[in-house]
Amino acid sequence: MKLYRFVIEFLQLAILLGVAPAFTGWVRMLKCWSQGRTSAGIFQPYRDILKLFSKDIFLADNASWIFRFTPYLVFGTAVLAGAIIPMLSLELPIASTADVIVLVALFAIARFFTALAGMDIGTAFGGMGSSREMTIASLAEPAMLMAIFTVSLASKSTSLSQMVHVIYSGQIALRPSLAFAFFAFILIALAETGRIPVDNPATHLELTMIHEAMILEYSGRHLALIEWASMMKLFLFVMLGVAAFAPWGIAESGDIIAISLAFVFMLLKLVIVGIVLVMIETGLAKMRIFRLTEFLGSAFLLATLGMLSFFILE
Amino acid sequence: MTITPLGIVSLSVLLLFLAVLLVPLLKSSQRLLISTSFTLASAASLLGIIGGVWAVGGAITNTMILPVGLPDLPFHLRADPLAGFFITVICLLSLFVSMYSLGYIKGYLGRRPVTSLVVFYNIFLAGMLMVVLADDALFFLIAWEVMAAASYFLVMFEDERIENRRAAFLYIIVAHVGAIAILLSFGIMAGLATGFENFTGYTFDAMRQAEFPLKWATAAFLLAFLGFAAKAGVVPLHVWLPEAHPVAPSNVSALMSGVMLKTAIYGIVRVSFDLLGTFPWWWGAIVLILGLISAVMGVLYALMQHDLKRLLAYHSVENIGIILIGIGLSMIFTSFNMPMLAALGLIAGLYHTMNHAMFKGLLFMGAGAVLHATKERNMEEMGGLIHRMPWTAALFLIGCVSISALPPFNGFVSEWLTFQAFLLSPAMPSPLLKLLVPLGAALLALTGALAAACFVKAFGVTFLGHWRGHHMPRVHEADWFMRSGMILAALTCFLLGVLPTLFIDWMDIIPQQLIGTKIGVSSGTYGWLWLTPVAQERASYSGPIVFVGILLVVVAAYLILHVKPGAIHRVPIWDCGFGKLNQRMQYSATSFSMPIRRIFGFLFNIREQVRLTPRGVYKAFPKRLNYYLRVRDRFWGWLYNPVIEFSFWVSRMVGRLQQGRIQAYLIYSFITIIVLLVFSR
Repeated sequence: MKLYRFVIEFLQLAILLGVAPAFTGWVRMLKCWSQGRTSAGIFQPYRDILKLFSKDIFLADNASWIFRFTPYLVFGTAVLAGAIIPMLSLELPIASTADVIVLVALFAIARFFTALAGMDIGTAFGGMGSSREMTIASLAEPAMLMAIFTVSLASKSTSLSQMVHVIYSGQIALRPSLAFAFFAFILIALAETGRIPVDNPATHLELTMIHEAMILEYSGRHLALIEWASMMKLFLFVMLGVAAFAPWGIAESGDIIAISLAFVFMLLKLVIVGIVLVMIETGLAKMRIFRLTEFLGSAFLLATLGMLSFFILE
Repeated sequence: MTITPLGIVSLSVLLLFLAVLLVPLLKSSQRLLISTSFTLASAASLLGIIGGVWAVGGAITNTMILPVGLPDLPFHLRADPLAGFFITVICLLSLFVSMYSLGYIKGYLGRRPVTSLVVFYNIFLAGMLMVVLADDALFFLIAWEVMAAASYFLVMFEDERIENRRAAFLYIIVAHVGAIAILLSFGIMAGLATGFENFTGYTFDAMRQAEFPLKWATAAFLLAFLGFAAKAGVVPLHVWLPEAHPVAPSNVSALMSGVMLKTAIYGIVRVSFDLLGTFPWWWGAIVLILGLISAVMGVLYALMQHDLKRLLAYHSVENIGIILIGIGLSMIFTSFNMPMLAALGLIAGLYHTMNHAMFKGLLFMGAGAVLHATKERNMEEMGGLIHRMPWTAALFLIGCVSISALPPFNGFVSEWLTFQAFLLSPAMPSPLLKLLVPLGAALLALTGALAAACFVKAFGVTFLGHWRGHHMPRVHEADWFMRSGMILAALTCFLLGVLPTLFIDWMDIIPQQLIGTKIGVSSGTYGWLWLTPVAQERASYSGPIVFVGILLVVVAAYLILHVKPGAIHRVPIWDCGFGKLNQRMQYSATSFSMPIRRIFGFLFNIREQVRLTPRGVYKAFPKRLNYYLRVRDRFWGWLYNPVIEFSFWVSRMVGRLQQGRIQAYLIYSFITIIVLLVFSR
């Protein structure tokens, strides 16, 4: 039985590594369609990653070990986060390693080292990206924790599996506090994963790039790892949102039928989230960086309203 | 005589004084003086660690009465688990710093005599230990003053520079305003404990026994908190801290920032939980609110600095704030009679005390190594040091990761515990607090995220990129003495982060004695692996698994990718075809923090000027651009300038009495005599 739970864990990791690029491909494909372009297909990200893995690395003269270590670390934290967020089943053996606060901190480690790598080469672009990324993160992180704390106040736990349990047992049905927290979470997820209107993953224009500016100097397998990790991060934020706000479908037990059903539910949710994400991204323009204070400020306000309504109404 | 923890710690204090007494003999050979004194200081610290760990681990309380001091007022000494914990913190860091000093102080050889530094270093350590050991108000205040005076002379060590003298003067003024407040607080407690007829009330034991009426207890608490807050650098009493810490020698900065501030935390815990015992919830609210303000303001001011040591000094304000958040929450929970949660808050605060001592000590030692190697404190002139100083860079990075509260290092554990304490606040019976306390959690999150931004800046600008200065000095790596001190501190940061359960089990006796309950962090099988402060389903964190998990994936990815690796070509930086890229075009510390300066600008007093010198008639092509930026603490204008101006005004008024004519002075004496005759018949 113990061994079986580890099998589920590995299955989940395999899904994370395998499905994350497809999800990014799906979003890109929808975007192409919505803009009237022909798309490269849902599997293009796989081809991109494979191509990068087989390429040589061009490394700037003064790159230090931090620059070379960061891609592995970013990849490692993404995989570890994937082992903790319940995607298929709640029966994860190492889920209690980390609660939501630790998950947020895991993403923070990856960001910390990416920002350092951006400064390592000593070009203006890298520093610019690092500075902007850390500024945005320092505004997004409190809002993110406030949104998640609202859910954890309702479920009296910061552990994700426990949150799902509580939602399943019907203790929290539709609550206004969760609705506020959910909207706040959407805004923050857009900021944290670097989507429009905060950052544009497709841009390489000096004035607008943030995440891309930090990783501009990467090439070869290093770039492949970072790209893969950022696809996983997008995937994981979807899974985090699903687990905290709409967990229906995730298997409570470990039997095969429940898990395959959970997998189908997961794909269905991913398809829907992809459509919503593309609608947001096509509907909005990228914001000026100093307008982001208002964007993230309203996310924080929504999360705070959620918390207030928890105390007042519930 | 049996060996007790108190005896061991007292022996350690005596050893420190012995090191001072040896100084006149060794003065002629400075090199020998450095080796002997700092070796003795290390040995004394080692003894102190043994005593401290034993007192906490064995839950032992010893007392001792020394028949010295004023007649009929002997000194009382006591080592209990709370004192033992702080002794461990002090001695652990002083051991590392003393080892580091063996190498660092040698840098002064040939430049200036180090005798005074050595003397006051040892007295300073002894003073801190005596503060923690003291069990009566008299001895406590004497030790407190010894500590303050010794650190004053250490700040003054390089006294030829005006900024050092100014900083030391500011420090001693704030320290004494604080000491007066503490003295008055003890006066109130002693007076109420036994009445004003006899003197026995000056012992802490008498204060513990006594029941204080609420208004007097409040007065005593507020005075004590004011005094200790001045020492700890709580906003708005923090202004001395960013002045004094950067100018002191770096080993002293490490001790002042790492452990001297902690004696004030000790004072707050001792007075509120132990001596006064019971209190209303709003005392805790005051501590909590000031803690939150200090945390946020400290980190924001730190972000604006480009002097490496000044930046670290402002981070001490931030971290003292985080410690006070834990203690304030604990006080609120205690007053609502929720001992379990109170214990959690107290453990969070004390654990952060330990953590901050370790990583801040490490960071100041690293900054000292950089200063030692480059003779430079201004980050705008540094860069690329990771290639010249690989050891220092790696160790400083560990400090940065720890202070930024990133797992698996220690800063994260205490911040996580504080978050858990925050999330349990809905259990409080007061609706107002229920609403406000979660907002505190958001401020704590903001602090953590800003600290990460600040240390990306500090590490990135100092160690990464290219050297920014005009000419590259001959930079050398820190020697093995300095390295070993930093390595041990970094190792402690790591162990405290990965194995928090062991340390919390060890110190769990402190809330047991002060509040009456343990938190019992580990439960179930493999208990040491999981940190579960309240209940398994409530929240859990496993440092070892996070560390091993990341390590496994990193190693696996590395190995898989290196089965058939693609070649690595070293190439010059891509300059976008510009061709004239130079090291002054890198992002600097000022430009890194520019977005944050703009967002939070209303909190600072900022003056920014851009001046263009046009090239003849072509206004569009300026010859030169001057950028001037000054960021100042708003508290100077709000709080300190009025006080300074008022005291000048008073002295001017008093100065009018000085006429310089003998007739006027004779009239003053005459009037005085008349007044005395009238009123004291």
